[in-house]
Amino acid sequence: MTQGQGDAAAASKRLREVSEDPRYRELVRRRSRFTWLLTAAILIVFFGYILLIAFDRAFLARPLAPGSATTLGIPIGIGVIVAGIVLTGLYVWRADKVFDPIIRSIRADFDA
Amino acid sequence: MRTVARRVGLLLLVLGLPAVALADNADGASPQRNWAAILMFAAFVLLTLGITRWAARRTRTTSDFYAAGGGITGFQNGLAIAGDYMSAASFLGISAQIFADGYDGLIYSTGFLVGWPIILFLLAERMRNLGRYTFADVASFRFAQAPVRLFAAFSTLAVVLFYLIAQMVGAGQLITLLFGLPYAYAVVTVGVLMTLYVLFGGMIATTWVQIIKAVLLLGCATVMAVAVLASTGFSPDALFAKAVEAKTRIAAAGGASVDDAAAAGRSIMGPGNFIRDPVSAISFGMALMFGTAGLPHILMRFFTVPDAEQARKSVLWATGWIGYFYILTFIIGFGAIVMVATNPEFLDGSGGLIGGSNMAAIHLADAIGGSLFLGFVSAVAFATILAVVAGLTLSGAAAISHDVYASVIRHGQATSEEELRVSRRTVLVLAVVAILLGILFQHQNVAFMVSLAFALAASGNFPVLLLSILWPGCTTRGVVAGGTVGVVVALVLTILSPTIWVSVLGNADPIFPYSSPTIFSMPLAFFTLWLVSILDRSGRAAVDRAGYLEQRVRCETGIGAARASAH
Repeated sequence: MTQGQGDAAAASKRLREVSEDPRYRELVRRRSRFTWLLTAAILIVFFGYILLIAFDRAFLARPLAPGSATTLGIPIGIGVIVAGIVLTGLYVWRADKVFDPIIRSIRADFDA
Repeated sequence: MRTVARRVGLLLLVLGLPAVALADNADGASPQRNWAAILMFAAFVLLTLGITRWAARRTRTTSDFYAAGGGITGFQNGLAIAGDYMSAASFLGISAQIFADGYDGLIYSTGFLVGWPIILFLLAERMRNLGRYTFADVASFRFAQAPVRLFAAFSTLAVVLFYLIAQMVGAGQLITLLFGLPYAYAVVTVGVLMTLYVLFGGMIATTWVQIIKAVLLLGCATVMAVAVLASTGFSPDALFAKAVEAKTRIAAAGGASVDDAAAAGRSIMGPGNFIRDPVSAISFGMALMFGTAGLPHILMRFFTVPDAEQARKSVLWATGWIGYFYILTFIIGFGAIVMVATNPEFLDGSGGLIGGSNMAAIHLADAIGGSLFLGFVSAVAFATILAVVAGLTLSGAAAISHDVYASVIRHGQATSEEELRVSRRTVLVLAVVAILLGILFQHQNVAFMVSLAFALAASGNFPVLLLSILWPGCTTRGVVAGGTVGVVVALVLTILSPTIWVSVLGNADPIFPYSSPTIFSMPLAFFTLWLVSILDRSGRAAVDRAGYLEQRVRCETGIGAARASAH
């Protein structure tokens, strides 16, 4: 935070250069699309579950199979937790594989 | 180092003596002392104080104190986040909820988990790339420092204080039951220990206390869940069937007709009365999901790793551990219905649980492994509280010393020593306040305080962070107005809601009929932030908007991000 004014101006110029780099533009475009997709997915999963609780409790209380004590609500509820973990894993997997190499290539050129 | 050790000893003595005196003066109604639990807890305290001593030697700069020098790995941070987040309330509270109502506890668990994907997709890496010590570093990145940081400090302290009071009161009540020690003794012990960890060991000690606690808690819960499943031949369906049967028998013994008893038994396998109306259901879901993404002590953990990649990995580890833990608590809760609810050994004369409903998991430990395992689980429950309050205290102290003192009062010109001194004094003040409020609120219903903390975080911090990172049009005035409106509206609506207006203040009817304010306060915060920003024609607003491009590049690529300090 205690950079001199010259340093700050140079850093600022560099950041603006990066913003025009086609690799950066592609990174932002692809990553934004992917993160919003995943965000929408977890919102739909969780609030879908909450709305089910709010409007159709009986559905969740239905037995999984005739005569079983386990109800539909159990795999659905546990499924919400598992979906959260899986979506998180999906993001990390793709970030490692796709986004990190792009970032490394940009930084190799701009972030000495 | 020797001086630190001597100061630790002195503090223990000074703060410990009145506690002992209080203990001796307390009325004799306290239950039997559980020596196995006390000894095992003492072992935990010795270990963590040893770590604090080691950490104190490594804590020289503000970076060490607030962020463990940025030297924590993603895996370690994932465990520490889990340790910071899995409170005694989620271990004892959720298993108690399942013990009482069955399925409803699972709704809580899902809500506590789904905030993590949101943190990862929208915040974690960007926070690491933009900030150094507090979430206010990120929220104020391109804005006027003073107003945004003052708002952030105010909302951080509000969230931290409510969360802290709930933890302190919970700790006092829990330890009175578990260890047979008087309430004030327990609260003072928690206060003194958290002060020692944070004061001397800073983030390094806090991180390792949280990691150890996470490992102990996960281990404990695993043993209990496996033992429960083993009792039904590893068939979950058989476990649920036995739980339904147990609840049916209890209802029948209570005088219910055959049909009513069967219905009561079956009711534990589906959603019950926990969420009364759709508006409350959605509002509550929003508070849990987005509140998690706005908790200052959780967000602070992302600055302890070296870079965005490790920040990302820490969320994956944390989400995995936390999700696994909630699935375990579900099994533990049902195990308690089968093994505890029908065993007269654990029940008082009127059929209630000895020590109150929160004791379900503790009694289950007794049923599974006898008094030694009971002692172990009790000690872990105490350790759990310590790890959470240490994280809370550190983030509260950072809000005062880093955001208010160093950034606003000294305009970033304070030295590391000066900032550390202010931080440590704040820790002491926070600890005293927490102890006093913990004692003051002993007989109050504080269960609403945790949900209030989540509602405040969802309505203030989350909108501010999200829009300051993602929306180019966001301005200083918009951030301050939106965040303040969110926090104030959430607070006022909570006071007017049934939980406080009726249950605590004793009025006949609530003014605000829903159990959670978030469905109103959070959109209102977003709307205010947006409206004030687009109407903002000030010179500062132009600077704020112009700063977006550079902020975005740094956010996405990590160019110019704070690096880990060399050791």
